[in-house]
Amino acid sequence: MSKILVIAEHDAGQLKGGSLSAAGFAQQLAAATGGSFEILVVGHAVDSVAAVVRTSGAAAVLAADSAALERPLADRYAKVVADVARARGATMVAGASSTFSKDVLPRAAALLDAAMVSEVVGVRVEGGEPEFRRVMFAGNVIATVRVDGPVRVATVRAAAFAAPAQAAECPVERVAVDEAALPSFLEFVDREAKAAGRPDATEARIVVSGGRALKNSEDFERLVGGLADALGAAVGSSRALVDAGITPNSLQVGQTGKIVAPDLYIALGISGAIQHMAGMKDTKVIVAVNKDAEAPIFEVADYGLVADVYEAVPKLIEKLKS
Amino acid sequence: MKILVPIKRVPDADTRIRVRADGSGIEDDGIKYAVNPFDAIALEEAIRIREARGGEVVVATIGGGECAEQLRNGLAMGADRAILVNTSDALDSLAIARILAALWKREQPAFVLMGKQAIDDDSNQAGQMLAALLGVGQATFVSKLELAEDNSTALCSRETDAGIERVRVKLPAVITADLRLNEPRYVSLPGIMKAKKKPLEEITPADLGVAAASRTHYLRYEAPPRRSAGVRVATVDELVDKLREAKVL
Repeated sequence: MSKILVIAEHDAGQLKGGSLSAAGFAQQLAAATGGSFEILVVGHAVDSVAAVVRTSGAAAVLAADSAALERPLADRYAKVVADVARARGATMVAGASSTFSKDVLPRAAALLDAAMVSEVVGVRVEGGEPEFRRVMFAGNVIATVRVDGPVRVATVRAAAFAAPAQAAECPVERVAVDEAALPSFLEFVDREAKAAGRPDATEARIVVSGGRALKNSEDFERLVGGLADALGAAVGSSRALVDAGITPNSLQVGQTGKIVAPDLYIALGISGAIQHMAGMKDTKVIVAVNKDAEAPIFEVADYGLVADVYEAVPKLIEKLKS
Repeated sequence: MKILVPIKRVPDADTRIRVRADGSGIEDDGIKYAVNPFDAIALEEAIRIREARGGEVVVATIGGGECAEQLRNGLAMGADRAILVNTSDALDSLAIARILAALWKREQPAFVLMGKQAIDDDSNQAGQMLAALLGVGQATFVSKLELAEDNSTALCSRETDAGIERVRVKLPAVITADLRLNEPRYVSLPGIMKAKKKPLEEITPADLGVAAASRTHYLRYEAPPRRSAGVRVATVDELVDKLREAKVL
């Protein structure tokens, strides 16, 4: 029987959507093994986040709330996660595949002496033991793995698991945080102000992404940003534009950037390198606009338009606005 | 100041990866191997720090004898010496972290610089696990690294989903490199010649007192479902019509 601890990720009082996918994964695994899952919210003033996840089908929501946990510093968060996992007798700890989880969960895994499986896209139970399907080699291979040990840790791809159906509210329990026992290897300095107004590409239903065809940041903003705004979409970028200094790092979609799987991904002037496609090929509908008819992006696009983005995109924006 | 840089031998980023027909693994025919690109970035950063502040860069890897090729590559880039922890076992990240922790205790570096993830298994775990096992701090996904004058802390810019975050981490620590930390230098011919004379030590996990076994077992491999190419549209109007028909707009 499994007891799964799901780590809820949040930012400025907002739950990250991927956390609900992690809860969906936990619910699926718990159902297959006759177990249950709990959701842990770590941070400071996390009542609103705890309230949001109460209806996710968890047995309980645990809140580790302390001023010493205001910033998601890996040394402290990993210790809290490991302590709570031990105290609750968790057999599995899971979170969404995000930079937050990737920073914190491997550290927690080592504290728990637990092996970890990253980028999980499927789970099933064989002979009482879970088998995980995970993505590797930039999305070119899916491996099935077993993990030994009394405790296991996983990060799961948000697109692969649906959020749990709404359930009755479960109780919220406070977990005591021993502030004096928290490590202080890290000090938060600052965080780049987030471009306001547009959703995050990992959370959005539609992502408009630009590539090498965009010549400068003004054009990127006018065409990629303009189309995104007309659709209420997030923006993304290929690595080429980030390397050229045209777009900030946080927009990069790909193997080493963000992995997105929206309903609609519009690739503007993106050729479709393997590393880029690793970040978006689980999208439901892919649209590619590129003047090179031979661009690899057309091999995965559901709708392809061979055209210069400088001509096609203004027309597209106009048509959507009318 | 001594910097330890663990590196991994992986299929070159431009190699086309294919799954064997029987699902037992990856087709290794025609695969070219290289230093994991993120590890090359970590090594470049370590070399630049040594060039600025002096000290020693030790490059290490865990694997079979074939991994000596990547260590020689690291030496040719500018590392001072190399250590091969020779094992034919397929080890998971926690087992790797245990061996690296033992290596750390032997080498006593000021800090560890390594890639944020290996591009073969894309796990992104070993550095964070190593930091936990050692009981030191970590700064992951680092795109800018500034050491304090007295080498007691490092100010690190981290690439997170929400944008760049800056943290100050006490040293010793484990720092993992992201793509934009630097651009690794090309290996020069004199570098290759020099590398041949640099020490490459070969030890085993047992020499380090570690009996690390993998708890992660890969049962089978498959290729992901292929997306098939869809339709070409001729105009913007047709594109919008199709997207409305598909109910995604």
